[in-house]
Amino acid sequence: MKIQTRSDLDALRDRGLSTLYPSGVRINVGMATCGLATGAADVYRAVRDEAGARGLELTLVATGCLGYCQQEPLVDVRLPGRGRVLYARMTPERARDLVAALASGELPAENALAIIPAEENPDPGQASGALPDVPLIGELPFYARQRKIILRNSGMIDPESIEEYVARDGYLALVHVLLDLPPQTVVDEIVQSGLRGRGGGGFPTGCKWQICRDAPGEPKYVICNGDEGDPGAYMDRTVLESDPFSVVEGMTIGGYAIGANEGTIYVRDEYPLAVERVSHAVARAEELGLLGQDILGSGFDFTLQVVRGAGAFVCGEETALIASIEGGMGEPRPKPPYPATSGLWGQPTVINNVKTWASVAPILARGADWYAGIGVEGNAGTVVFSLVGKVANTGLVEVPMGLTLREMIEGIGGGGLDGRAVKAVQTGGPSGGCLPARLFHLPIDYETLTQAGSIMGSGGMVVMDEDTCMVDVARYFLKFTMAESCGKCTPCREGTRHMYEILTRIVEGEGTEADLELLEEVATWVKAASLCGLGQTAPNPVLSTLRYFRDEYDAHVVEKRCPAGVCRALIELVIQPELCTGCGLCERECPVGAISGEKKEPHIIDPELCTRCRICYDVCPVGAIEIVR
Amino acid sequence: MVNLTVNGQQVSVPEGSTLLQAVRAAGVDLPTLCHHDGLAPYGACRLCMVTITAPRRALVASCAYPVEEGLVVETDDAEAVAARRLALESLLSRCPQSEAIRELAAGEGVTASRFGEHPPERGEELCVLCGLCVRVCREIIGASAISFVGRGTERRVSTPFDVQAESCIGCGACAEICPTGAIQIEDRGNKRILHTWNTTVELHTCPECGRFFAPEPLAFLKEMFPEAADTWALCPDCRRRRTALQWIEQAPG
Repeated sequence: MKIQTRSDLDALRDRGLSTLYPSGVRINVGMATCGLATGAADVYRAVRDEAGARGLELTLVATGCLGYCQQEPLVDVRLPGRGRVLYARMTPERARDLVAALASGELPAENALAIIPAEENPDPGQASGALPDVPLIGELPFYARQRKIILRNSGMIDPESIEEYVARDGYLALVHVLLDLPPQTVVDEIVQSGLRGRGGGGFPTGCKWQICRDAPGEPKYVICNGDEGDPGAYMDRTVLESDPFSVVEGMTIGGYAIGANEGTIYVRDEYPLAVERVSHAVARAEELGLLGQDILGSGFDFTLQVVRGAGAFVCGEETALIASIEGGMGEPRPKPPYPATSGLWGQPTVINNVKTWASVAPILARGADWYAGIGVEGNAGTVVFSLVGKVANTGLVEVPMGLTLREMIEGIGGGGLDGRAVKAVQTGGPSGGCLPARLFHLPIDYETLTQAGSIMGSGGMVVMDEDTCMVDVARYFLKFTMAESCGKCTPCREGTRHMYEILTRIVEGEGTEADLELLEEVATWVKAASLCGLGQTAPNPVLSTLRYFRDEYDAHVVEKRCPAGVCRALIELVIQPELCTGCGLCERECPVGAISGEKKEPHIIDPELCTRCRICYDVCPVGAIEIVR
Repeated sequence: MVNLTVNGQQVSVPEGSTLLQAVRAAGVDLPTLCHHDGLAPYGACRLCMVTITAPRRALVASCAYPVEEGLVVETDDAEAVAARRLALESLLSRCPQSEAIRELAAGEGVTASRFGEHPPERGEELCVLCGLCVRVCREIIGASAISFVGRGTERRVSTPFDVQAESCIGCGACAEICPTGAIQIEDRGNKRILHTWNTTVELHTCPECGRFFAPEPLAFLKEMFPEAADTWALCPDCRRRRTALQWIEQAPG
């Protein structure tokens, strides 16, 4: 069957609604990579088997990620007439108990995290009354400030069901665009919406589209950059795994707007589930005629291919990504010319990030003014962050632009892990900077973060507390960029190594004050003189920590002391005899045999043998091990 | 023509020129390593950095930046000079034995490096990774016998799998273009040994004088130039003699 008319699409929508809101029980198990890593597949099987054993008929769906990774595996249960409840930290055993309760017509209170309200449940029933102590999902601090546009369907639908995507207003935008709007009007809408590149650069998307549309040369191409590689970041993976049709629809609209008939989705090869899901989505859209020849009878042809990334971080840089698609080495080239005028095969090419493409359909469906009204002046719409590190609530978060770092970290994130004080946050992955807690009043927008010495980046947000050494952090990220530099240009190849070596000297207690000056000089050079964005941003962790945490550098260099107690050469582990019970656990666990002592007598650590691995510190049941800084 | 200002001096260059061409047209000398007039712009060594001061400020590699009407360019402002010096200081630490690099560095006032010598495990390193050899082999010769291998600090140039390159024609353009003399080629008997590329090609013997003069793989030239069918096999001296004789025979009277 091909979708040709609006009523064909309505038929698809009805089928989607019938599985989203069936007359029987529907259970969603969050099975994006994050859920699978916490054992969601076992939970899924337990639900299936228990329901089978009890003869309970249900619609069991492997959905994508709901964002609250901390609480996974997450199971979302809709019991018609009773309500819809989200259960957290499920295990196969808990899942079996849950199914047993459902079989007797009950939504149990055990493990219930939140009630999903009426807008996501056409038949809310009595759930609120039935579970008086369970909050609404919007009342959870983690979800309270979120606004989901990019992640609108993530965790809510079967990522392999185009019917469920359509049931949640998917493809409304494409139908409207192809049947009602000339291509230039589509570009105008994107310009007016204020959407900016969500890959981190923040270039106005509509402006890029206009340049490409106006550029001479046929054919033109669109590309989706899904080569996400920042440590601790998984926004793009989640979108591709949880709602691949949103990217396919966005790219189809983009192709129509700029005059391209071919597009490429470039996905990091280390994301096998994302590759699988998005390939499936492309095939399904082709089957239904939503990709291919003469889409919806509009005369517009558009095809998509999925290309698996070549395994290099630098391939996320747009010119390197294009070289990689062309079969060359993933190496950037100088700009200008920009891809919008000379991109894939030298032709005009729009390349946007996964999240940018996923933002397109809602803008066209609901209007540029609606989108421009979200966020703040000059920074419209929403942005997705993966909030990780030493923070109480971790997960994938979508918020309007302009939220402050404090609202993000203390509000949504719930503050430091185990109630500890948060010291800094790094935004933008290895290319970003570390901002201190005293700047948490700053709003999250492209310009503010750049001025503060960090970047918006693609959406990594790593929270650090007093146990994090900022020099060690800078060194960690430099090690990453040094290894991922393609090596083409001198500043990035040689400069990242110089910085890494200087930082290594400092954490080993060999650093001098001259080293600090040299470090800053090299960092400034690499930032200014590198060929591509990787090198131009690689020094940010160094420059920002030098700017905001100079005292920690001075402590390492002058006092030969690591205030956070992290750098091995600058700390010593000592057993406090008045606390040690002589249980012998540390002695058994020490990998180098550095601990000795009589049973039930205080033990001691031989500093000559000790490698400062901290295993003793972690295993001591009474906290008798002290880190001497 | 495009008009711009270089160090306060007006210059006009043809449309499509690079900033480096404009800078040189203004009579200003800039060091380069990865640039060659016969190859496409590459922008890797970052020696030819200049500062654009108007209409917007930017530090750019002049070799890869297309000229624009009205650009104002400074080659010797502090940022550009610092960028050149640090690049040379880095290359000096990479290749302290390279005469060419020492000279270039000295030209910018850099005589010693504050960075340790690298990479110590490779001994005498002369390659600065400018990529001229790779690009001349691909863009001009069309053989693509060598390529970059690895990335970042592991980056180097080699043949596929570090063994004899099947597509190498032994032309020696790589060694000819290398600015630091890092590529070792030797003609020994009827063999040309490209030591750096673990590759050996047979040399062709001149049927008239018996001298070895060109790599065998160049035999494809006779298909490319059918008019040379009966002279292609000759060494340059014998070919000149043969051609001269033909002219004498064909001379009127």
